[in-house]
Amino acid sequence: MADDIIIAVESVSKRYVIGHRVIDFTLRDRVTRAFRSAGSLFVPGARNAKVANDEFWALKNVSFEVPRGQVLGIVGRNGAGKSTLLKILSRITDPTSGRVRMRGSVASLLEVGTGFHPELTGRENVFLNGAILGMSRSEIKRKFDEIVAFSEVERFLDTPVKHYSSGMYVRLAFAIAAHLEPDILIVDEVLAVGDAQFQKKCLNKVSEVTRSGERTVLFVSHNSAALQSICTAGLWLKQGQVAFSGPINECLAAYLRTGSQAADFPPPAEPKPYIVSVRVDPHSLAEGRIKVDVAFSSPFPLSPPVVGITISSKFGQPICGSNGRMAGEKWMTGAASSGVVTARIDHVPLHSDTYRLSVYLGDFGMDYDQKLDVVDFDYLSPRFFPQMPPLQVIGPADFDWNWSLSAH
Amino acid sequence: MSGHPQSPSPVAKLTPLRELVIEPGRIGQNYWWDLWRYRDLLVFLTLRDIKVRYKQTVLGVGWALIQPIVTTIIFTFVFGKLAGMTAGGVPYPLLVLAGLLPWQLFSAALTGSSVSLISNAHLISKVYFPRIIIPLSSLGVALVDFVVVLFLYFCCSIWYGRIPSWHWALLPIFIFLALTLAFGAGLWFTALTVKYRDFRYIVPFIVQIGVFVSPIGFSTGVVPTWRNLLDLNPITGLIDAFRWSLLSDGQPFDRHGIFTSIAVSAILTASGLWYFRKMERTFADVV
Repeated sequence: MADDIIIAVESVSKRYVIGHRVIDFTLRDRVTRAFRSAGSLFVPGARNAKVANDEFWALKNVSFEVPRGQVLGIVGRNGAGKSTLLKILSRITDPTSGRVRMRGSVASLLEVGTGFHPELTGRENVFLNGAILGMSRSEIKRKFDEIVAFSEVERFLDTPVKHYSSGMYVRLAFAIAAHLEPDILIVDEVLAVGDAQFQKKCLNKVSEVTRSGERTVLFVSHNSAALQSICTAGLWLKQGQVAFSGPINECLAAYLRTGSQAADFPPPAEPKPYIVSVRVDPHSLAEGRIKVDVAFSSPFPLSPPVVGITISSKFGQPICGSNGRMAGEKWMTGAASSGVVTARIDHVPLHSDTYRLSVYLGDFGMDYDQKLDVVDFDYLSPRFFPQMPPLQVIGPADFDWNWSLSAH
Repeated sequence: MSGHPQSPSPVAKLTPLRELVIEPGRIGQNYWWDLWRYRDLLVFLTLRDIKVRYKQTVLGVGWALIQPIVTTIIFTFVFGKLAGMTAGGVPYPLLVLAGLLPWQLFSAALTGSSVSLISNAHLISKVYFPRIIIPLSSLGVALVDFVVVLFLYFCCSIWYGRIPSWHWALLPIFIFLALTLAFGAGLWFTALTVKYRDFRYIVPFIVQIGVFVSPIGFSTGVVPTWRNLLDLNPITGLIDAFRWSLLSDGQPFDRHGIFTSIAVSAILTASGLWYFRKMERTFADVV
């Protein structure tokens, strides 16, 4: 490994096996299987029956090098293998094949406030979380005042964090992480949460550290503005493989151009109004908003052109939708036979997840074209909730709840 | 500035860094060195478990006392009064409490370490550290509860007018033995629980059975015919050792039982470590 190379990833692959065949979750499965395979000794041919394992390659032959002091931004859709790559580099899981060589101490930040315990006070959690992230007790003691000052929660230091607002929780967690001093820092999508001002403060801290040139940083984010401002190089992962590796600007340009957050359609065989393209604006997504551009074309003027959009969960369950007719007078803008209809949602009541769009095109009276489940996009909510139950339990909608208690 | 020695280039100034290689099956390299590096984490996780245990309950330390007190009263009544067993000149409640101490230390440590990986699953999937820290840190709670009950025993002993003898000095060795025994078994169970969730139900069952097959409520001296069978249980030797140390009732130290305990805990710990280390690599993928 050349002297200035700090991380060398050499054709790393990671396979996951989905299904109960190979990993027996209960003893009963294991026992039944043992009996079944014993039985198969007596059934000719049964032994050769193929077991259909759902193999899934989260990473396939990924190779790249990171020189010392580089800040590498990693981009890619949900499920492209970013998290798996970070987990391998953080030594949480090992690769199925390939090799990684790294020089120096590694700290990774894959989650906000890993190991925070709600019953413990802010002070106690600083020490616990610091130790979890790899700091020694004396190191935490030395930086304690600085961490507390950075977090802006001095007054609540001796309050259990279960009484913290989510903003305070995030600030304290980041303050600890911002004071790590490893040779290699690995950061997953954590800077997305928290208020904008504090996010900026964290980004400044990161770039301050990286400008010194000693620290190598791997940084996963959907926020292209943040990536552009602090990264020098970019790596785009697509379906577990490296799709692009090079300067950050080129990487982002390539990724944003061809990310499947957009879809184009050919004209139909017989002339009729049709949807030309659907595009989810990545910059708006990075800012926590949703903006969809729908281009249309028609052999006759649509009066007015009406676009309908449905947002579904990644499983195809519709969550919400609207169209120009529902917008009423705000929308009656006259006729056009081609153009772009833009829909914007500024306050998105959704949790972070992958969502799916269906798009319809029509005019005042009837529908002409529809494209169902055409675009997937990853929405990243700027709101953070400590100890949020999984989305399978609470669903994707994120309303402003008001709670009160009248105790008797 | 010519003529002056050039300042060394920034690259040359950099300190040489330790190289780390990640390959299939090599996740555990530098394991013991890492364990040493993460020793503070062991301390903080132990403190977390202890603090949380005593913060969450209204009665706090009271809980640690109520259980042994109630058990001592019931066992004294059942074995001492109903069954009329003798304690060899020792007040019966003291005999029971001295037997209960190692049993509770063992069962609490076993239960705690067996569920430790599952209850810390979020840590395992988000950060690297030697995983053995998790079952190790779970022993702290059992030890603190033990010390509370030991203090209770000490008070009772004084109240009965029995002054601790030099045998107390050997107690740390027996405590260590009880913890090793529980830790060895706990390593097996916690690693197995990650893979087979059934083991979550097996450990409480073992603990329940253990109360009946261990000489907690009676002295091993009153059942000479069953002695050899009892000695197969590694807890028997522990209980005898604790009673020898705490009661100082003039009984000679019984060697047979303690040999079983030492042998079983050595085997369990060695094999438990082996199995835990073997499975450790897959924890993050399965948990």
